[in-house]
Amino acid sequence: MRIQCPFCGERDASEFAYLGDANFKRPDPDAPDAETRYFEAVYLRSNPAGPHEELWYHAFGCRSWIRVTRDTRTHEILAVNFPGSNKAS
Amino acid sequence: MRYSIFNLMRQALTGHRGWGPAWRDAAPKAAYDVVIIGGGGHGLATAHYLAKVHGITNVAVLERGWIGSGNAGRNTTIIRSNYLLAGNNPFYEWSMQLWEGLEQDLNYNAMVSQRGVLNLCHTDAQRDAIVRRGNAMRMHGVAAELLDAAAVRRMLPFFDFDNARFPIKGGLLQRRGGTARHDAVVWGYARAASDRGVDIVQNCEVTGFIREAGRVVGVHTSRGTIRARKVAMAVAGSSSRVAQLAGLKLPIESHVLQAFVSEAIKPFIPGVVTFGAGHFYISQSDKGGLVFGGNLDGYNSYAQRGNLPTVEDVCEGGMALIPALGRVRMLRSWGGVMDMSMDGSPIIDRTPIQGLYLNAGWCYGGFKATPASGWCFAHLLARDEPHEVARAYRLDRFATGHLIDEKGAGAQPNLQ
Repeated sequence: MRIQCPFCGERDASEFAYLGDANFKRPDPDAPDAETRYFEAVYLRSNPAGPHEELWYHAFGCRSWIRVTRDTRTHEILAVNFPGSNKAS
Repeated sequence: MRYSIFNLMRQALTGHRGWGPAWRDAAPKAAYDVVIIGGGGHGLATAHYLAKVHGITNVAVLERGWIGSGNAGRNTTIIRSNYLLAGNNPFYEWSMQLWEGLEQDLNYNAMVSQRGVLNLCHTDAQRDAIVRRGNAMRMHGVAAELLDAAAVRRMLPFFDFDNARFPIKGGLLQRRGGTARHDAVVWGYARAASDRGVDIVQNCEVTGFIREAGRVVGVHTSRGTIRARKVAMAVAGSSSRVAQLAGLKLPIESHVLQAFVSEAIKPFIPGVVTFGAGHFYISQSDKGGLVFGGNLDGYNSYAQRGNLPTVEDVCEGGMALIPALGRVRMLRSWGGVMDMSMDGSPIIDRTPIQGLYLNAGWCYGGFKATPASGWCFAHLLARDEPHEVARAYRLDRFATGHLIDEKGAGAQPNLQ
């Protein structure tokens, strides 16, 4: 598996560390249903068989976080974005 | 046909022409009392114990591929009950006891071999940890032995004891642990369940659930619609995918775990050994191949194959422990899809949907759990209450905070 880092170009996956699902959003701690929202955010995963948006960290490279869309059935990298944006590099 | 020495002799004298298939390849009926989704070890064991212990024989096991095509054929065949936590140990010990009587129960040679499982330690802190684990096991009535470095050296003289970074300081030995023949386990359960009237339906993929008034009352499959009073999921590896058909989101990520086998060599390693300084474990199959594995690849995957960095990492761990391993050629490697739960422990429970039951989240420890998983899931299905030793494996424990975090890695499956 090789990942197209927006800063460093195509690099071997062994240079990257994996965090997981990129769509984690910190719930509002003051919301009345905050307890349920936190449980869902921390423990439940959509875990799709197909395109999965996930965060990788280029630990042995530029040390930046990137948002990768990867097919979990084939390991094919479909897109690489900057985190927090939907713009492809 | 019952397997016995007399039947073997009779077949030998008549040219072995009388052996029939081990189980019926059934076509699905329109309705059953219980439909079990997933014809792996856990699903088939559930069917067997439903029929044998609870007398419920109007049961179908639906398998998407063929029996033995999934994780039942993609593990490293280790059985053990050396667990630390009170929620886990009695369950795995019950599994160990079922392994010990499995072949007589099933009338099938599962090649259960209690050759011992040894966890090595390499630092004083690790020795403290295995002493604690050993004491916890003994408090649950499970025999555990603490070995010092000299005792390990007598057992395994070819290990690298004086490695500068990872000297071997001792180990925790469970003599009753060992290995079993993985294919024979599913074949044996399939045969025993089929003999009691369970329908084993292969090439039958579940494509949806039938819901009436919120309740699950059957499944849509690639071989037609099947109604059932209870539907049981035992599809570890694909739990999220099947649960999604019922609108459920699970605390599970699917990850790929690789395992490896070397060319066959003469008897080399007597039991199962785990390396404490890296994640590496090894045993030797009865055919002579060294069977070994290590960590998850570490990213979500349904691909049933991994990548080369993990192959290198596992082999480095092996070389650090057993330098002689470098002279052996690797023959094959394979990947299995693991149902990684958020605390590293399984789920055997009802779901919020009436009529739907869940057996999932086996992480990379599903094989050894096969008998007890089936036993406890059958108990839950038959009586609608959890079995005593599986009481902690609740689906809602993540919401209530009653986690069973044997490794303590947090909700990060790639680190477990």
